[in-house]
Amino acid sequence: MPNMIEVSRYKTFLKNLRKHYQIIHSNPFGRIGFWVITIFLFVGIFAPWLAPHDPWEMQYDSAGNFASLQMPSWEFPIGTTHLGYDLLSQLILATRTTLIIGTVSGFISILIGANIGLISGYYGGKVDEFLMRFTDILYGMPFLPFVIVLIALFGRKLEFVILAIVLIIWRTSARVIRAQTIAIKQRQFIVAARARGCSDLRIIYLHILPNLLPLLLLYASFNIAWSIITEASASFLGFGDGETISWGGMLYELWISGKTRIAWWWFAAPSICIVLLVTSLVFVSRAYEEEANPRLRKR
Amino acid sequence: MSSKPILEVEKLNVRYQTQDGEINAVADVSFKVFSNEVFGIAGESGCGKSTLIKAIMRLLPENAKMDAHSIKYKDQEIDCMSEDIFRKEVLWTQISLVPQSAMNSLNPVYKVGEQIVEAIQAHTSQGKKEARERVEELFDVVGLQSEFMNSFPHEFSGGMRQRAMIAMALALDPGLIVMDEPTTGLDVLVQERILRRIREIRKQIRSSIILITHDIAVIAEMSDRIAVMYGGRIMEQAKSLDLFESPCHPYTLGLKNAFPSIKDLDQELISIPGSPPSLIGLQTGCPFEARCPFSSDRCKKDIPEVVVKEKFHEVSCFRHTDATELREHAKKLSTWHY
Repeated sequence: MPNMIEVSRYKTFLKNLRKHYQIIHSNPFGRIGFWVITIFLFVGIFAPWLAPHDPWEMQYDSAGNFASLQMPSWEFPIGTTHLGYDLLSQLILATRTTLIIGTVSGFISILIGANIGLISGYYGGKVDEFLMRFTDILYGMPFLPFVIVLIALFGRKLEFVILAIVLIIWRTSARVIRAQTIAIKQRQFIVAARARGCSDLRIIYLHILPNLLPLLLLYASFNIAWSIITEASASFLGFGDGETISWGGMLYELWISGKTRIAWWWFAAPSICIVLLVTSLVFVSRAYEEEANPRLRKR
Repeated sequence: MSSKPILEVEKLNVRYQTQDGEINAVADVSFKVFSNEVFGIAGESGCGKSTLIKAIMRLLPENAKMDAHSIKYKDQEIDCMSEDIFRKEVLWTQISLVPQSAMNSLNPVYKVGEQIVEAIQAHTSQGKKEARERVEELFDVVGLQSEFMNSFPHEFSGGMRQRAMIAMALALDPGLIVMDEPTTGLDVLVQERILRRIREIRKQIRSSIILITHDIAVIAEMSDRIAVMYGGRIMEQAKSLDLFESPCHPYTLGLKNAFPSIKDLDQELISIPGSPPSLIGLQTGCPFEARCPFSSDRCKKDIPEVVVKEKFHEVSCFRHTDATELREHAKKLSTWHY
């Protein structure tokens, strides 16, 4: 019997997975986004095996000459830097960093945003007042300067970059989830749950939260996209982790090398990757948005 | 009907704070529910029926204030219990609710069976398997096939959802089940089926039932005793038969006129003129005074006391002694519409 339950649980999980896949796939842009993200994920996961060279090793071309500022060629598919580093290898390893920053800060921020929104919306009154005024204060902060100040304060390390982004990015999701919580709180099945003697925490996390899942996924992907952009911006301005390589960091290297006008390939590669990944995330979130808000469908 | 009361409510008041002032939704309501009986509460919309129940079950919104002399469940004061103990030891295990618009009372993201399992597990130490067996049993009692346990609420029809809610209310063998408008929003055939089901369930369980409805026909058919509410107060309460055979309060008389009798098919239906009173602000006088054809100056000034006419028959009217005379007058159209 327990086996049966396990099996049925596994089946439900698969069914849910297929449902999410269908939500994304029913939308042509969502489909494009899904596959682009999948490719980036693959590259990110297998980065050390995919990179043809050490990203911090000077390269020599087949003729044995120092390969400085090489245009894209068969040997170096997207060119090299002025110090002769292979850009493709850098790009592949940077994908991993960007994905880690994006997903980790995306998920932590949605976790914070969801909890603050749920508690604020459910309890209302003074709790709501306090939490929402706090959110308002964050809204008053200019995003990028704030992140830069925090990184400067904490230090230029990957975990601090993530922390700085998370500390501010949850504000939007908290607002939206609070509004939705207030709407669901009024529904009859929540009153019924209370009559059944459910505790507040049980109502919040077992009865309201599951009804907000599409919205949470939507905001999670928005937050991931925003984290990636913010990290790239901060890195470009020299506030990234000096130890690990990221797309924004590559642009920063280009900037300080002073070769911006000559090395178009050096500029193009990370920029295209940022745009591609962020756009794909937005496409996927749009697909979810249509699911969360049916009025957007078939317009 | 045994003589031991399971629920005793004494002088319950509920006030809502609104921008227009205070609303006295329930005023000085006292009643008893005995074990193994169906106690009906009848009254038109906005007369305080649901508020009364919400007050007893502590489900009132934040702008409501309640006070009561005492609310006793099986000789235990439940109105001064701490929130936590009340939630764990009284709600659902002792008093359960089939809420108004029970059709929307199931969480759309969980399977129906799972929700009942959750209700059982929240209050007992039963394992999942045991709880599921109990749900199967309950589904059988309310006439749902057990394979529907694994369906989602949107796959259910209105009547099925209603029955699922009744199953949930029965889950922990509570001493008292409150059914708030259990047949509203269902078509007549489904209504009849649900009522028949409730009657059958009554034979199988020992719980008392409080049945709230504005449908006089339903309440007459189902209840052992009936309380008639108007303007937040109980106007009259009696055994069902007494209430329809020998009503004493003009409002009950009016209701009886407005409700077709099977015995007398040619009878003309007489409506009560006017509309229910606004409950905003302090009440002086009988709430029914403005619509009552038998009112006097005294009815405007004082609120009539509850008088016990005979055992189980209580009425709150200054003219209760003239009941026989009033009954004759009330039959005429001219008394109401002049």
